[in-house]
Amino acid sequence: MRYIRIRDTARRSVRITVDGASVEALEGDTVLTALLTSGSGWLRNSEFGDGVRAGFCLMGACQDCRVQITGRGSARACATLVTPGMEVTRR
Amino acid sequence: MKVAVVGAGPAGIRAVEQLLRAGLTPIWIDESPDGGGRIYQRPPAPLDRSARTLYGFEARKASRIHDDFEHFSHLADWRPATLVWQIRRAGPAIELHCQSDLRGFTCEQVDALLLCTGAHERIVPIPGWTRPGVTTLGGAQIAMKTQGCAIGQQVAFVGTGPLLWLVAHQYAKAGVSVPLVLDTSPFTNKFRAAPAMFATGPATLLKGLWYTASVRRRAARVCEGGWPVRIVGDQAVEALIWQDQSGREHRTECDALALGWGLQSEARLADLAGVAFAHDAAQGLSVPQFDRTGRSAERGLYSAGDSAAIGGADLAEQAGARVALALLEDVGQSFDQALSRVLDTSLARHWRLRAAIDRAFPAPIGRAAEMPDETILCRCEAITAGELRAAAGPLAATGRAVEINRAKAFSRVGMGRCQGRMCSSAAAEVLAAHHQVALNQVGHLRAQAPVRPIPILAAPPPSAPPVEGSRP
Repeated sequence: MRYIRIRDTARRSVRITVDGASVEALEGDTVLTALLTSGSGWLRNSEFGDGVRAGFCLMGACQDCRVQITGRGSARACATLVTPGMEVTRR
Repeated sequence: MKVAVVGAGPAGIRAVEQLLRAGLTPIWIDESPDGGGRIYQRPPAPLDRSARTLYGFEARKASRIHDDFEHFSHLADWRPATLVWQIRRAGPAIELHCQSDLRGFTCEQVDALLLCTGAHERIVPIPGWTRPGVTTLGGAQIAMKTQGCAIGQQVAFVGTGPLLWLVAHQYAKAGVSVPLVLDTSPFTNKFRAAPAMFATGPATLLKGLWYTASVRRRAARVCEGGWPVRIVGDQAVEALIWQDQSGREHRTECDALALGWGLQSEARLADLAGVAFAHDAAQGLSVPQFDRTGRSAERGLYSAGDSAAIGGADLAEQAGARVALALLEDVGQSFDQALSRVLDTSLARHWRLRAAIDRAFPAPIGRAAEMPDETILCRCEAITAGELRAAAGPLAATGRAVEINRAKAFSRVGMGRCQGRMCSSAAAEVLAAHHQVALNQVGHLRAQAPVRPIPILAAPPPSAPPVEGSRP
């Protein structure tokens, strides 16, 4: 599962880390976009053992895209923009 | 006279415009850092695209909304990126509990409150709907509009309503492969509603025909009147199994899928503020009770736009202006009476158009009742339809629960982070069918504060730095 960049690809690149590994994102990406376009494939494990999740509504309502961001705690990946050096951890 | 407006979409912008005209300086709050609402949402700054590319036919409307928002946000007491997470009565005043990264926790007391909090999508959970690669229709549109991304390489679109065809058109036009558009409303519904749509909103009908023609030309397959059976795949979407109108099963390969069956009002703040809810038979939903001017039975409480009743963006702009005039009238301030008459006439026509659109794309009432036992109903808590049936059914150890809040307590359905936004309509249908009662007997899933997750650490004193680290 992978999001595909269609437009607006001429943007400055921003490096973040996902579970310790370096990932290249673009300025203006949400954390969700950065992870799902770069092949991460998912954002979180369901706490109830039914598998991985990758968000659903993308507008801050469903809360199913929560990831851990160093210095911020739990945040919605769909509503958080990447910043250089941001450390994202998936649970 | 202290007034607050929650929401800076089309309704909130037009409400604030009228309040400013009357000499008031409303507190204006939105959870988003920017105005425009979801419909006219702008991408983050580094994504630089013209309004024409972003909003198509609606480009001029969108530009006007954004320009007006910029102007009004400087005149009003604008509070961006702020969540109103609780509303309480404090005698005649209304207390708004807010949280933002910038200001931390704050509390505002106001004399009147206008809620323009919009809507979220109505979902019928189908087997596999929690899998990566499945989003709402609105989600698929946001990915394209604000991030320049498609949710996959081969995207199927399933559900009903104008948004289904619009998003499928936007994807196909952007060059994404669209193997299937499955509109669960039969073609005959649209055909029968067309004359009424033409009479009340010819431009809207023409736009709709344009989008559907585009989709029919570009999508590999279009089916009307069918139903999705299950999404195939393990960690990702591989295919959709679906039935056509005659009940024949088909399989369509896809790596992503967008779902949605229209909108429902985001009225949790109205609920906390004491606004009554009643069952609406046409939608099969419990809906907040506001009259056509946006007044509620509660003193000082108003709502306009999709949060009061689903009507779409054009209607929301007019309803936003109208509700502000109603508020001014109620507090004895002078208001533009000529404008209020013009708006009432125009709103009546828009509501007739909306009724025709709802007949063309009827709500999927009762479809969730058929959910298989093993399908996840509440995605936050990963509770299946079968678990709800068992926990609330006649044989449950705790006794039967027909009423939805009781069933929530027994099963945890609707108790998760989203507070039932994704599952409550489906849960109500599952409960009603299981107990063989009418849908209106199940009642209304009450809102709980906080209406969205907030940092769990205690509210700091005003001088302290913002809270770091949040937990749902």
